[in-house]
Amino acid sequence: MGSLQLKSVRKSFGNVDVIKGIDLDVQDGEFVIFVGPSGCGKSTLLRIIAGLEDATSGSISIDGTEVATVPPAKRGIAMVFQSYALYPHLTVKDNMGLGLKQAGTPKAEIESRVDKASNMLSLDKYLARRPAELSGGQRQRVAIGRAIVREPKLFLFDEPLSNLDAALRVNTRLEIARLHRELKATMIYVTHDQVEAMTLADKIVVLDAGVIQQIGSPMELYNRPANLFVAGFIGSPAMNFIDAGRLGIADAKTIGIRPEHLALSRDSGEWQAKAVHVEHLGADTIVYLESEKVGFFTVRLFGEHHYAVDDVVFATPGAGQLHRFDANGKAIR
Amino acid sequence: MSKARHSLTRTGLVHLALIGYAVISIFPVFLTLINSMKDRNAIFRNPMQVPTFETFDLVGYTTVLGQGDFATYFQNSFIVTVVSIALVLLFGAMAAFALSEYRFRGNMLMGLYLAIGIMIPIRLGTVAILQGMVATGLVNTLTALVLVYTAQGIPLAVFILSEFMRTVSDDLKNAGRIDGLSEYSIFFRLVLPLVRPAMATVAVFTMIPIWNDLWFPLILAPSEATKTVTLGSQIFIGQFVTNWNAVLAALSLAILPVLVLYFIFSRQLIRGITSGAVK
Repeated sequence: MGSLQLKSVRKSFGNVDVIKGIDLDVQDGEFVIFVGPSGCGKSTLLRIIAGLEDATSGSISIDGTEVATVPPAKRGIAMVFQSYALYPHLTVKDNMGLGLKQAGTPKAEIESRVDKASNMLSLDKYLARRPAELSGGQRQRVAIGRAIVREPKLFLFDEPLSNLDAALRVNTRLEIARLHRELKATMIYVTHDQVEAMTLADKIVVLDAGVIQQIGSPMELYNRPANLFVAGFIGSPAMNFIDAGRLGIADAKTIGIRPEHLALSRDSGEWQAKAVHVEHLGADTIVYLESEKVGFFTVRLFGEHHYAVDDVVFATPGAGQLHRFDANGKAIR
Repeated sequence: MSKARHSLTRTGLVHLALIGYAVISIFPVFLTLINSMKDRNAIFRNPMQVPTFETFDLVGYTTVLGQGDFATYFQNSFIVTVVSIALVLLFGAMAAFALSEYRFRGNMLMGLYLAIGIMIPIRLGTVAILQGMVATGLVNTLTALVLVYTAQGIPLAVFILSEFMRTVSDDLKNAGRIDGLSEYSIFFRLVLPLVRPAMATVAVFTMIPIWNDLWFPLILAPSEATKTVTLGSQIFIGQFVTNWNAVLAALSLAILPVLVLYFIFSRQLIRGITSGAVK
């Protein structure tokens, strides 16, 4: 239970095509993350899966059943929203139980499912409170609890961590990862944060301008990006792109090298460069360099290094770490 | 230091303006109240004076209350006002929800069409309304008044409420849809409680013109059984002799029910603001 299939799904608002033909297969129990810059159509796609928007064309099936005409409540999904979207006038318990109550589930069953979910999320103490009396993190846990209680085929998360502060974000991220392990449920998660995508996903779907750029596991995307967009989007600091002509490579248009795949030395190396800015992060040192040969680029070194602005250094790309892209931005393999 | 002094003069001026406006608004009410408790001679000799021991006289009130019909007039006014407000809020909110929530062809035009009612006074249509009421046999019924006042109140209600409903979070409504709430439950159980302050505002704006109206009761329902307070008070105003005691007493009494309604709504209004229910 819990597979999802999209076939050439399109969506336009008036003359604007937001989603331009998406094909996607999600297996039962997979954690799939849609990631992309804002406006790429990832939230719209999620809302189409949820049934909150109608697709202009294409088919959506959950567990092999076409759901285009099925209302959201009957699709066997649950959704967690960025703004929590808790019912302000209901207690935590009633918030979690409302969906089941609407579906006509017996009271005892609702009770036991709410108990189970609140146990899982350690919300027991707050069951009688209203959303206004909870902190942001607690509210988001209630929203997740509301989804769990429904025991859906598909969990949909719409940027659930964006409204939380940094520390809470990490905790809630761990919580969601734990839930996925415990429930073994299919989850679809939308975010613009690549760290969330890399840490949570079994499979990442990178979207840009309403088109899927690449689908793959986090490491596949990192090691073998399909095109310039994915290469630049995944990884932080972003991959360095260098004109192939400057390096004397004839069979490619652009060469990409990740900042962490460059070695830095004061004495010798392939590219001579001058440091324009240095960031000391403790675990990492990030050096921004300007070179006559390859232009502006970034190097990420592990641990502490004492480089300063205006130091002259030499950078050397690691063997086999260069990514080659053709004139259309596609990776050459 | 100079900054503090500057803001002090500023708040002082603002308060002066507000106090001035309050005085101008309250003065006629005050004048009505004090004169309603004086004898006839005192009203004319010294209208600005508060009632003293010699001039104090409740003859106006005894006249008004002694006329058995006034209880009916009050009841009529109350029924017409409350029923009209209820209908205006219900239908206005429903129309506002449809306009703000759903994308359909002609949405903008429909909104404009409903808003036109704010600018065109309903009294321009009096003759047609009267003909309609005669044709449907509704003349001299409270239903006629309720219908007209509902129509009169809806445009402003739709205008104000649709603006407010746009601010209700889409996620909340969508969460309701996923939980299996019908569109009606979403409207009544999620959206309406959140726009309660706006509803109270609309109720106050709708209530006062209805309560004070003389025009439609005079034209559509002048019979003894359907008279409203405002119309009923007119019996004391004659072409040659006006019973000022009674008129002033009737008007003073007419303030009370509307004041009660106002307090009910304004409490709702304040509760809505302070509950902090949303987020």
